[in-house]
Amino acid sequence: MTIAWKGEELAAAIEAFAPDAVIQHNDTDVWVSPASLLDVAAGLRDRPEFRFDLLSSISAVDYIGHYELVYHLTSLPRNMKAVVKVRCGEGRSDPEVPSVTAVWRGADLQEREAWDLMGIRFPGHPNHKRIMLWEGFPGHPLRKDFVTYSQSVIEPEQAHTE
Amino acid sequence: MSRAAPRQDNLHADMTLKTEPITINIGPQHPSTHGVFRMRVTFDGEVVVDVEPVFGYLHRGSEKLAEERTYTQIVTLTDRMDYVASMTNNQSYILSVEKLAGIEPSPRGVWLRMIAAELQRIASHLVAIGFLIQDLGAWGTPLIYAMREREKILDLFEMLCGARITNSYLRPGGVFMDAPDEFWPALDALLDELPARIDELDDLLTNNEIIVARTVNVAVIDPATMVNASITGPMLRAGGVDWDLRHRDPYDYYERVKFDRPLHTASDNNARYWVRLQEMRESIKIVYQCIEQIEPGPVRPAEVPFLVRPPVGDAYGIVEAPKGELGFYLVSDGGISPYRCHVRAPSLINLTLLREMLVGGMVADMFVSFGSIDINMGEVDR
Repeated sequence: MTIAWKGEELAAAIEAFAPDAVIQHNDTDVWVSPASLLDVAAGLRDRPEFRFDLLSSISAVDYIGHYELVYHLTSLPRNMKAVVKVRCGEGRSDPEVPSVTAVWRGADLQEREAWDLMGIRFPGHPNHKRIMLWEGFPGHPLRKDFVTYSQSVIEPEQAHTE
Repeated sequence: MSRAAPRQDNLHADMTLKTEPITINIGPQHPSTHGVFRMRVTFDGEVVVDVEPVFGYLHRGSEKLAEERTYTQIVTLTDRMDYVASMTNNQSYILSVEKLAGIEPSPRGVWLRMIAAELQRIASHLVAIGFLIQDLGAWGTPLIYAMREREKILDLFEMLCGARITNSYLRPGGVFMDAPDEFWPALDALLDELPARIDELDDLLTNNEIIVARTVNVAVIDPATMVNASITGPMLRAGGVDWDLRHRDPYDYYERVKFDRPLHTASDNNARYWVRLQEMRESIKIVYQCIEQIEPGPVRPAEVPFLVRPPVGDAYGIVEAPKGELGFYLVSDGGISPYRCHVRAPSLINLTLLREMLVGGMVADMFVSFGSIDINMGEVDR
């Protein structure tokens, strides 16, 4: 059975190698600051107490007041899992989180998806382009303020220009 | 068994004809791209020098649609993601909902959905193998052999839930309906017949000289790179990494069944084919054990309402789907539909290393390597 890290223990273990990185934690999750994300990610991957070598998933959520990225991590050698969250774009400013592709290549397509559908920028991404929709598509559909199809403003001539 | 020399060096050594790189769009309408998928490929002669995958031709906004539907209605959306493995899609989604809402499923429902999921795994691997061999140029015969067996599994699904492809069989707490009486003898008949059919495919394909020559040592990826690129499923196990969620992080009742994890170390196209073939045999073992342990009872708890209202919070449910780890991240705001539904699609993420797999290979091997990843465009684009 995969052991899930408790939020409190994970927060303490992250604090041990990256001071001031942890913002808050609950029973299962730890929130880290965007500025320290790369250090935390590298530590979680390489340090012997974690060895989180597989980035299972990156999910982006629009909480209206802010955006949140959820990193689900798995450690194959130690059979453990953990959840790290990053809050960004307070007050609907343009959200920006450093790309973790240098640490986990598996973030490549998932970060492009988060940019395309949720509009979160990932400075440092090697191929920062839209993935599902075409370049020039107005807006990011998974945002809560996106105008859905019935009220859509997409003009026919805007479709499929590359 | 393998090729005589590394192909690239051999090709460039005594080349007298000067060529210049040419970029070609393969797809979106192409029989070998398994759906609407486009690759912008740059060739130097017959050697692939660059690949850029272009996604999105089948994007239907499933995640956005899920935000406007109730938890039970979303089951139908998950069917249409990986449409050759609907049962495991249902299973992953339902596990997330049960985790989010704290629903304890009925034992009979869980055994039924494990039987369904393992049959679905066999069906999906049959499709993967059939189309892989078709991509190799064996037009028709092996594919029809594989599809013939899949058809019998789809007949069983029709008995279970009335649908063959888009099953929508699972519900929070179990499944929506018990298996009819005629299902069990039909399942026994299929399980009696299937091992011989898999042996037949094995005899036909595994030691086939052409298949060995075309697939051994083609598109080799290093296992450590695969783990770093989040690649999971049979592709990872073909590289010798023993990571199967059914074994390492058992969900449903997988800790009560015994099965082996076939591993290969070559990490080439042949290994990926071989692992899938062996996994079908393990799935048959699991179905037998499910039939032994299933007990009469309700297929889902009566107290689970039609409109599930999970408490505020989030949950991430993940299963070993035929293509890899399939996960649903659900956020609830306490309402009747999820605030956010994100899908961790193995088909999309397994394409991360597509460029590394194809570059340096030949045009003819390109489709075989692509087919060996076993993707489904419905799940890539969602």
